[in-house]
Amino acid sequence: MTQPWYKRLGNGLARTRGELQGHLNVLLRRGPDLDEQFWEELEDALLQADMGVTATTEMTGRLRDTAAREALPDATAVLARLADEIAAEVRVPGDDPFTSGPATVLVVGVNGTGKTTSVGKIAKSAADAGRHVVIGSADTFRAAAIEQLRIWAERAEVPVIERAHGADPAAVVFDTITEGRARDADLILIDTAGRLHTSSDLMAELVKVKRVADRESPHPVRVVLVMDATTGQNGLVQAREFHRALGLDGLVLTKLDGTAKGGIVVAVSRELGVPVVRVGVGEGVADLEAFEPDAFAAAIVGESPAGS
Amino acid sequence: MFENLSDRLHAVFSKLTGRGALSEADVDAAMREVRMALLEADVNFKTVKEFVARVRARAVGADVMKSLTPGQMVVKIVLEELTALMGGSESRLVLSSRTPAVIMLVGLQGSGKTTAAAKLANLLRKQGKSPLLVACDVYRPAAIDQLEALGRQLEIPVYRGEGLDAVAIAREGIKDAIARMRDVVIVDTAGRLHVDEDMMAEAAAIRQAVRPDQVLMVIDAMTGQDAVNAAAAFAERVDFDGVIVTKLDGDARGGAALSVRAVTGKPIKFAGVGEKLDALEPFHPERMAKRILGMGDVVSLIEKAQDTIDADAASDLEARLASGVFTLDDFLSQLQQVRKMGSLSDIISMIPGANRLPKDAEIDEGALARTEAIIRSMTPAERAKPSRINGSRRERIANGAGVRVFDVNQVLKQFTQAQKMMKQLGAIPGGGKKRRFRGMPGVSGPF
Ligand SMILES: Nc1nc2c(ncn2[C@@H]2O[C@H](COP(=O)(O)OP(=O)(O)OP(=O)(O)O)[C@@H](O)[C@H]2O)c(=O)[nH]1
Ligand SMILES: [Mg+2]
Repeated sequence: MTQPWYKRLGNGLARTRGELQGHLNVLLRRGPDLDEQFWEELEDALLQADMGVTATTEMTGRLRDTAAREALPDATAVLARLADEIAAEVRVPGDDPFTSGPATVLVVGVNGTGKTTSVGKIAKSAADAGRHVVIGSADTFRAAAIEQLRIWAERAEVPVIERAHGADPAAVVFDTITEGRARDADLILIDTAGRLHTSSDLMAELVKVKRVADRESPHPVRVVLVMDATTGQNGLVQAREFHRALGLDGLVLTKLDGTAKGGIVVAVSRELGVPVVRVGVGEGVADLEAFEPDAFAAAIVGESPAGS
Repeated sequence: MFENLSDRLHAVFSKLTGRGALSEADVDAAMREVRMALLEADVNFKTVKEFVARVRARAVGADVMKSLTPGQMVVKIVLEELTALMGGSESRLVLSSRTPAVIMLVGLQGSGKTTAAAKLANLLRKQGKSPLLVACDVYRPAAIDQLEALGRQLEIPVYRGEGLDAVAIAREGIKDAIARMRDVVIVDTAGRLHVDEDMMAEAAAIRQAVRPDQVLMVIDAMTGQDAVNAAAAFAERVDFDGVIVTKLDGDARGGAALSVRAVTGKPIKFAGVGEKLDALEPFHPERMAKRILGMGDVVSLIEKAQDTIDADAASDLEARLASGVFTLDDFLSQLQQVRKMGSLSDIISMIPGANRLPKDAEIDEGALARTEAIIRSMTPAERAKPSRINGSRRERIANGAGVRVFDVNQVLKQFTQAQKMMKQLGAIPGGGKKRRFRGMPGVSGPF
């Protein structure tokens, strides 16, 4: 109970999660028949993964046609096909904003999605890979956000640039890039305050932050949206608004260590063409992984990923 | 795309003109739309199934009331069932008389517990309590600093213990409250995943140690289908008495709140509606039901109107309506009442469907002022009998108000529409206070 976070991981977590997912997904435990009940349960599984009713209806409809036309033999074949289709939807081409050369990356998103934690994790893995990283605390609004990022900077052993609580976030960006330039940093990460996409003032503030980054940065400026896997249909609206304001280069999908599947990113990738670039799988500094479309799709349809 | 369920159902039923009873086929078509609307609002798919079945049973064969269309009838049933499912009327915090009373907050990571704890302390203080906040999130970096900073901002004391034993800190926090003579303790805990056995055990142990009067689960309004899994696990492992739904100031429909209520039976008690520390409101099930259906916060709008609108002016207007008279002077006085309610963008944000307006749609704050100027440039005789305002008069009025003739024409057109609505309202016998406001220009009621 008093264990630190890194010890807790892997203890009860993996086991319980396995059990729960087992309960949640009955698709494979029922017979292979392609009866009405199968199609209904398939629809339920996709809805439950937050794929949304439009995408779900469309995908299952198309799959029914395919199943009839190509005489797919059984449920397993249908599920495999579905997993392929979902994986294809989220396999969006694009540069990895964190590894494809020097970059200044703004990390944005609504409140509490995991921005600060993700900045810490990314900083750590980049520094471990030998890159010169500088991070900036542009969340000057939320109480103790600066202190939180400072702790992450210590964990990642990278310098962090701060100003006082309440300072202009654009000024922090300016300072961070100036410092990054002085230190020859090839990855400059900016943590921003959580904000609802419906707040026009706060979105305008972010546009200003981006403008300063564009003007000052010696490297290309990338914008990454952090989305919580538990997010429902509002996730698409969020992504749309952040994309419209800033232009998104990638998505980090966090909290995939729970039971939520993050199906809303299928709609995001499909509509906006923004790729998922990392997934968060815990609160520890190492709990960040590359996004694997096949594993992601398999988790949605309830299969275990191929080869594991 | 239809903006809300009400519009959708009207479209479904537009082909039908019959009154009588709702047929099975009518109801089937309507239920497809209800299902879509609820799923889009993130109501859990199982809850949707049960709900649709219930509404269906009630709707088939139901007599369509005289004043309603079949679509309106179904919306009425849906709203009633949804409100009932949401918990009927609002429920409040129940604290025992023991001192200190204890409230404990639990929930997933990032749902907004720490902010909610501070808001709750603020609210309780306003009610005459002297709260103490206890920081038990020993895991997330700077979580304790965050609560402390919020406490400082509010000038409400925060107990921060030492070390990593959240249970011990909670226990010491209660002792600290007694020593400082604080009468209510709010325990903020770390965010945790419902599948994290150790962490769920920790929450249960904190509960055991401090025996709270109320355990509240904090749930993000943007949560999707997984909300019920989390809530069911928290109900089983920790148990809680009610829910705080956060981030309702965004545009998420918040269907998860409904599912959590349906699955756990726990009432929703508060709504978080902003980052400021006073942005915590009592929960209103009916408003939430309408929000989920995309029908806007009509009730708030009406309440706001009732708060602001001058009672004398209103009853005067009502009397005139009853006599079937509605002049430009009445129109003007109505506009002035509307202006008193606040900025146009505030009002518009409460109108059904307004959240779907293009974000950069210019809200013309000057329009009301312009309309007022135009009406003021008319002679009393013109105001009493607008039909006599011919072309040359229009030109004179436009000059007087410093606008174009086009603008004058617009105002007259709006007036004619308003007049027509008012006549209809005047013709409806009986009815309560709210009826009046349905006729407000540009504001449509929920049905
Ligand atoms: N289980 C789990 N928790 C995570 C993950 N990523 C972040 N969290 C937790 O989610 C909570 C919020 O994370 P933050 O990094 O503070 O989120 P943020 O987006 O910076 O929040 P604001 O700045 O307040 O908007 C913290 O408790 C984190 O430990 C993840 O991948 N899995
Ligand atoms: Mg943060």
